[in-house]
Amino acid sequence: MRYFTSEFLIERNKDRCINCGACARQCANEAHYIDPDTGEVKSDETKCVDCQRCVCLCPTNALAIVKNPNQTRENANWSQQAIREVEMQALTGGILLSGMGNPKPYPVYWDKILLNASQVTNPSIDPLREPMETKTYLGAKPTQLEFDENGNITTEMPPMVELDTPLMMSAMSFGSISLNAQKSLAMAAKECNTFFNTGEGGLHKELYPYADHAIVQVASGRFGVSKEYLNKGKIIEIKIGQGAKPGIGGHLPGEKVNGEVSRTRMIPEHSDAISPAPHHDIYSIEDLRQLIFSLKEVTRYKKPVAVKIAAVHNIAAIASGAVRAGADIIVIDGFRGGSGSTPTRLRDNVGIPIELALAAVDQRLRDESIRQNCSIVIAGSVRNSADVVKAIALGADACYIGTSALIALGCNMCRTCMTGKCNWGICTQNPELTKRLNPEEKYKKVVNLLHAWNHEIQEMMGGMGINAIESLRGNRLMLRGIGLSEKELEILGIKHAGE
Amino acid sequence: MLKKEGEVRIPAGCAISGIIDRKGNRFSGSDVIQSIALMHDRSNGLGGGFAAYGIYPEFKDWYALHVFYSSVDVKNKTEEYLNANFSIEMSGRIPTRKVASIKDAPIIWRYFAKPEPGKLISSEKTEDDYVADAVIAINSTFPGAYVFSSGKNMGAFKAVGYPEDVGEYYKLDEYDGYLWTAHGRFPTNTPGWWGGAHPFTILDWSVVHNGEISSYDANRRYIEMFGYDCSLQTDTEVITYLFDYLVRKKGLPLKTAANVIAAPMWEEIAEMPEKERKYYTALRQVYSSALVNGPFSIILGYTGGLMALNDRLKLRALVAAECGDKLYLASEESAIRVVCPNPENMYSVEGGVPIIATVDGEV
Amino acid sequence: MKKVYAVEELCLNCRLCEVYCKTAHSVSKNVVKAYKFENPAPVARIMVEGNNSHSIAMQCRHCPDPACVNACITGAMQKDPVTGIVTPDPNKCVGCMTCLGACPYGVIKVDHMAMKCDLCQGMDEPACVKNCPNNALIYVEEEEMQ
Repeated sequence: MRYFTSEFLIERNKDRCINCGACARQCANEAHYIDPDTGEVKSDETKCVDCQRCVCLCPTNALAIVKNPNQTRENANWSQQAIREVEMQALTGGILLSGMGNPKPYPVYWDKILLNASQVTNPSIDPLREPMETKTYLGAKPTQLEFDENGNITTEMPPMVELDTPLMMSAMSFGSISLNAQKSLAMAAKECNTFFNTGEGGLHKELYPYADHAIVQVASGRFGVSKEYLNKGKIIEIKIGQGAKPGIGGHLPGEKVNGEVSRTRMIPEHSDAISPAPHHDIYSIEDLRQLIFSLKEVTRYKKPVAVKIAAVHNIAAIASGAVRAGADIIVIDGFRGGSGSTPTRLRDNVGIPIELALAAVDQRLRDESIRQNCSIVIAGSVRNSADVVKAIALGADACYIGTSALIALGCNMCRTCMTGKCNWGICTQNPELTKRLNPEEKYKKVVNLLHAWNHEIQEMMGGMGINAIESLRGNRLMLRGIGLSEKELEILGIKHAGE
Repeated sequence: MLKKEGEVRIPAGCAISGIIDRKGNRFSGSDVIQSIALMHDRSNGLGGGFAAYGIYPEFKDWYALHVFYSSVDVKNKTEEYLNANFSIEMSGRIPTRKVASIKDAPIIWRYFAKPEPGKLISSEKTEDDYVADAVIAINSTFPGAYVFSSGKNMGAFKAVGYPEDVGEYYKLDEYDGYLWTAHGRFPTNTPGWWGGAHPFTILDWSVVHNGEISSYDANRRYIEMFGYDCSLQTDTEVITYLFDYLVRKKGLPLKTAANVIAAPMWEEIAEMPEKERKYYTALRQVYSSALVNGPFSIILGYTGGLMALNDRLKLRALVAAECGDKLYLASEESAIRVVCPNPENMYSVEGGVPIIATVDGEV
Repeated sequence: MKKVYAVEELCLNCRLCEVYCKTAHSVSKNVVKAYKFENPAPVARIMVEGNNSHSIAMQCRHCPDPACVNACITGAMQKDPVTGIVTPDPNKCVGCMTCLGACPYGVIKVDHMAMKCDLCQGMDEPACVKNCPNNALIYVEEEEMQ
């Protein structure tokens, strides 16, 4: 017997349904089917994940997915979700898995921070009339420049990379997402002069034309890592942790490791790709230094090395240690960061909000006078351009966007990435599904998104009377908290609205 | 409760003036007072001040410390510190005259001092660093004491009031200098604190500034990494520290420092020949947090010269004129013509392009 | 001439091209009415062949030397000398199905009279192309395709 009912109901408006069967042919979960006896299209809501694919494709808008009103008895402590999870574990004996980022109602500090604008005492700047600079360089900067007697700079500049916009695409590996999805991000990164990130999945040969816009990741499984791979990318990122699952590694099930994935990851076909929880050559900070410098050696010191860490309690000290270990870029991934598949309990309970982590790290690096020695990039649920502006004002150099970029590719946040049945062709390796994501078409949506956000960033900067993004960076006076406690304000380093 | 300057950041509009004699001839403060007085309406009586260079030739090897004290008690405590760390050649009250509009004066004291030799050696600092650190220490750790001038053979004079009254009050017509700058302040919200008036100084750097910079906190949090403490929370303070850091501590030529603070746009840099492009790109990469954004016009005074600089969009007025050996600068043309009716040439200072004037020979 | 081309790798087998083709060739131009109420029922002139793994949309190629035109016994099937579009003249067509037999692609349907792709004359682009959710149908000049 079934112990719980379906989460959703599929409402089919019979006046509108023309029985064309598009929904049935497009649902990888088989929630729709054509009745062989009558030729009518019908639904089995127990299989529905509310991905909205059928709703979007239905030519007559005949479909709606609604919340099933059949609920367990209301209980503020034992929510239906809580009960369902227990049932699920009682049935399977397994660890609960989830897709995407932490959905729990923890405070979203972005929404408790307000921005400033110029009035009278200094002019706002109109980005339609004046240059509005969002160009950003990532990488360690020397503390000072040296000059010869003729005033020429003699300092040898460390490697830095240029972004036209302070937005980059988060690490999402080929394997976790489809090659078409990754290619779309790569094409968008190239067009917008920014970066996509290979995640721990290697760099597929088809993406070599976009390698100049690739951040190549080195994670604990070292999948796809070779000298060629490291030298192909512009930035090397050591992934220590991920916001959605701090403290644990990853697991790409063998069924997703098809020929292309296996070649790109350099592992046997259909073998599970298991990334260990720690890097087994990094058990301490001095080991991290060795890895950073071996990566620098192999790339002849021509590429900045980033270290990505999950936002955990002691993040400021860890970040400081990573900078001192030689990291050129610190990536902090907050606890709302996304994932293709992660243990639910970790996702929902481990780590801290990115806003607090960022504020703490930026201040700590300044207190130690080493902020200059690295760039700070944040990730973990940057939902819109205002989040970006607030992040930069708190001290970030740039932001990674993951979920937002996937939404641009068609994701509707059904959060069942771990099933491998993504109807939008994003989080799946099934060729019937991956072909649904046409890179030539979808990359333009990502480009649109980046352009739109960049325009909005410029508008907000202009309103503040700022025409270069570096004047926004760490400019916390442009922020005010709303409804925050003294302690939260202190950690964020901002004043309360009205002060 | 209304917060005091230094406890809260107060935006302010202003008028500025400056006159330099490029031959180093000294002249009284009357002209600069007349120039700033003409722009009376650009200030609101809540702050005025002057910086004068070459006024203490007889003490030119001593740091002239000008200090405000809120009470005798504070003065005694601060002097204990000064005596412990400096050899003081001479000290005394700065002479003033009674002016009806200048009220609630603090105790205003002047010291001609050198670092105490033993302490200087054991500190392993340069003389300038030693003095600058001591000034920052007094201003941040002795509440009620405020060192508002600390250079050699120069001095700042400032008060709450209209600038022309401040000049009268400090008897500036009786001092002779080769370089004068002046400031009239229009703060938008302040109970009026003497220390908050311009110019702002550290060692022989003085800045008079008109504008409200939108990059304040980005600049402040950058410069505070290097031991500065922006206790006043004013734009002028942070700009002064930026110049001090870039030029004195990091050895950038003054013009280069100006190119950092009012950096060329990326699109201008992209058009430059390769060598310059690399140069300006490196400056912006390394000193990005020292870019000053938003409207400003400043006159930076230092021993032997001045630099005038406008923000890169030219959002604040600043006019220059030359007449004989003298270079005049002011927020308004009329403020130059009132003391120099027929200058040889007069022009508006270009956004982001520094004007540097130096005195020939020793000063 | 501009023709509709199908990109096999991108075809999803959703068959929405059929839905929109049928609607475009209906009286009401409304999907629900076209399917549920119109009599005679409109007919889609594009047909998707295959399954979810491999599928492709088929419709008239508007051949340079069309077999259907050559075979037509009444002269109803004509290739427009200007546009190159092949269409039957409903006043002349007798529904003899000769064209259906002659077409090497099997893209002509006959129900009392011949019905086939007319490239949605009068619209900016054919309805199938406009509504394909994956850009699997493209409407380009022949030379561009080569």
